[in-house]
Amino acid sequence: MQHFLTTESLSKDQLTNILDTAESFINIDGRTVKKVPLLRGKTIVNLFFEASTRTRSTFELAAKRLSADILNMNINASATVKGESLLDTLRNLEAMDVDMFIVRHQDSGAAEFLSRHISPQISIINAGDGRHAHPTQAMLDMYTIRKEKGAFENLKIAIVGDLLHSRVARSQIHALRSLGAKEIRVVAPRTLLPARIDGLGVKVFHQIETGLKDVDVVIMLRLQKERMLGALLPSEHEYFYLFGLTQERLALAADDAIVMHPGPINRGVEISSEVADGNQSVILDQVSYGIAVRMAIMSMLAGNPS
Amino acid sequence: MKLEINNAHIVDPANQLNKVTNLYVNNQTIAAVDKSPEDWHADEVIDAKGCYLFPGLVDIATRLREPGHEHKATIASETYAAISGGITSVACLPDTDPTIDTPAEVELIQQRAQSAGHCNVYVIGALTTNLEGNMLSEMAALKQAGVVGVSNVLHPMANNLVQRRAMEYASSQNLTLFYHPMDHDLAANGCVHEGMFATRAGLAGIPTAAETAAVGSCLAMIEQTGIRVHFCRLSTQRALQMLERAKFDGAPISADVCAHQLFLSDHDIIGFDSNYHVIPPLRSHTDIAGLRHRLSSDIIVSVCSDHQPHERDAKLAPFASTEAGISALETLLPLAMQLVKDEVISLVNMISLMTHMPADLLNIKAGTLTPGHNADLCLYNPNIEWRLTPENMHSRGKNTPFLNRTFKGKVTHTFVSGKLVYQSQYD
Repeated sequence: MQHFLTTESLSKDQLTNILDTAESFINIDGRTVKKVPLLRGKTIVNLFFEASTRTRSTFELAAKRLSADILNMNINASATVKGESLLDTLRNLEAMDVDMFIVRHQDSGAAEFLSRHISPQISIINAGDGRHAHPTQAMLDMYTIRKEKGAFENLKIAIVGDLLHSRVARSQIHALRSLGAKEIRVVAPRTLLPARIDGLGVKVFHQIETGLKDVDVVIMLRLQKERMLGALLPSEHEYFYLFGLTQERLALAADDAIVMHPGPINRGVEISSEVADGNQSVILDQVSYGIAVRMAIMSMLAGNPS
Repeated sequence: MKLEINNAHIVDPANQLNKVTNLYVNNQTIAAVDKSPEDWHADEVIDAKGCYLFPGLVDIATRLREPGHEHKATIASETYAAISGGITSVACLPDTDPTIDTPAEVELIQQRAQSAGHCNVYVIGALTTNLEGNMLSEMAALKQAGVVGVSNVLHPMANNLVQRRAMEYASSQNLTLFYHPMDHDLAANGCVHEGMFATRAGLAGIPTAAETAAVGSCLAMIEQTGIRVHFCRLSTQRALQMLERAKFDGAPISADVCAHQLFLSDHDIIGFDSNYHVIPPLRSHTDIAGLRHRLSSDIIVSVCSDHQPHERDAKLAPFASTEAGISALETLLPLAMQLVKDEVISLVNMISLMTHMPADLLNIKAGTLTPGHNADLCLYNPNIEWRLTPENMHSRGKNTPFLNRTFKGKVTHTFVSGKLVYQSQYD
């Protein structure tokens, strides 16, 4: 593997290999990660064209635990205003002898585009491109599910919320399908579902009550505030009324169902505080596992599977 | 200068000619077909055994990129690309910079085309000032300058009232309206067909309804006013069905499709390759089948190129941020002949759609081999195999999803007004 751009078309073995490698970075305590010298002397650049706090910092921590040098570059719209193209930005940084780029960009396909134009010895990790993919987030979600539930084969999983704009959901769906999940459901009003999403191998629900029935995993998606502007939804209030995850609704799922969220959460919009902080929530575990999973992917790309 | 082309398989649908015979050219015009004129002594004889001889092709949808986009292409470069593809007459669209909304731009284009001296260039003028969709262009002045029609291309009209008035005004100037059906609100920021590919790739989709809603509302205005409209670059089966039905009911309408819409669907988009970024977008397999099925119906009068050459940088970005369009003059005839080979359409009907039918639409004297007409000719050898590469493309724009595809059949000679303007290196 030279790049890590999407979970689509990755085999079950490839995905399992990533999860196993991540496991090997986690200490006996089950949470914290070891510091290892696997990427000593390597230079990694966090190239973020879109704001991010958590994803960027977990990549940074992951790189440091692998003993790599890491540089954070936050390029906002100002560079575009100056007229520098995406490719020019990359070429300039490439000239600084970088081994790996971690790229987040607002355009779908941006990471794939850069991978086609970069020198062959450099790796690219997609940290989110438009609505297309966010494969490292999906992998840490898979890690969390495996940790909590063991095998994927008997699991029913519901993904609830703004699937139209969600790169996380697309990457989760591809990964869950490859890993053999029994049933993947998507739950949203039609305005927040992309056309023909059933073609991805999911069951579509427009009511959360039926969508959550007997599921083992509930994945809530973040609702961006700007969605009210494009006539996709009337209000946050009505969204919570129809799709918000409350304790009563969670009770419809399996008794031992877990609740996940890629964060940051909007309390009272897509999820109630009671559920977010409740004992079925694994939202904070997801964040902890994110470091080990990203370490696994970075070390595998650098040709150092541990 | 007297030229004789012998033993060619001549296809001239306007004159119901489809056989192996000879053609005689005297200076600029066609002297005779089949039987030589009296006292004929040719200065030059071409033996075209095994080749097809077609009337020079007529393309109603070419971007020549002048004025204003010379970094993409020029009138000289693109008219040469046209003749290398057997196209001897092109109509260029008004989405230039400045737009073609005054006689000055029309004259500029005509002058530059004349000094390039490759093929005949006709101009479709802007329907509204600066294509902004608010104020009517000075259509009488444009008409006087020689435009063959008016269009707002893919630029939105302010509202349906302006659309109706523009239609009525164009009609009273006796100018054909070339209408590109697109509901821009429904299309929003879409860049691909709203379907599986858009969903998987996370790209914003353009729904079928963006085309059908625009067709529906335009048909309603045609029904009200009786104005003749030509619908451009249809991409969906459903919209074409609506037009076919309206035509059957007597609406004064016609339509065209561009060649790549008859071959590529959103399933063909490889990765995020921006060469597949076109507007209207590549649709579904069903749409391709629906468009192909209607090629010989009454509604379609032209298969065109929708030629849009771009500089390299215009396509060098993530998919949605790239400029839409394909450099298509040089693949028009090869793709059309593929349709014939695949028995989608007969040779005669296919050639009609690229010669006399679009000529009639533009109301120009072209697309036939009638004696007395200008000798615009295309000699095509169906046995030459060649591969489309950036190096052998004549257009400045190398932006095509057909790059590296092998085609069988090539234009070997192109004549405009009796003059040999292009001869292939393969001959």
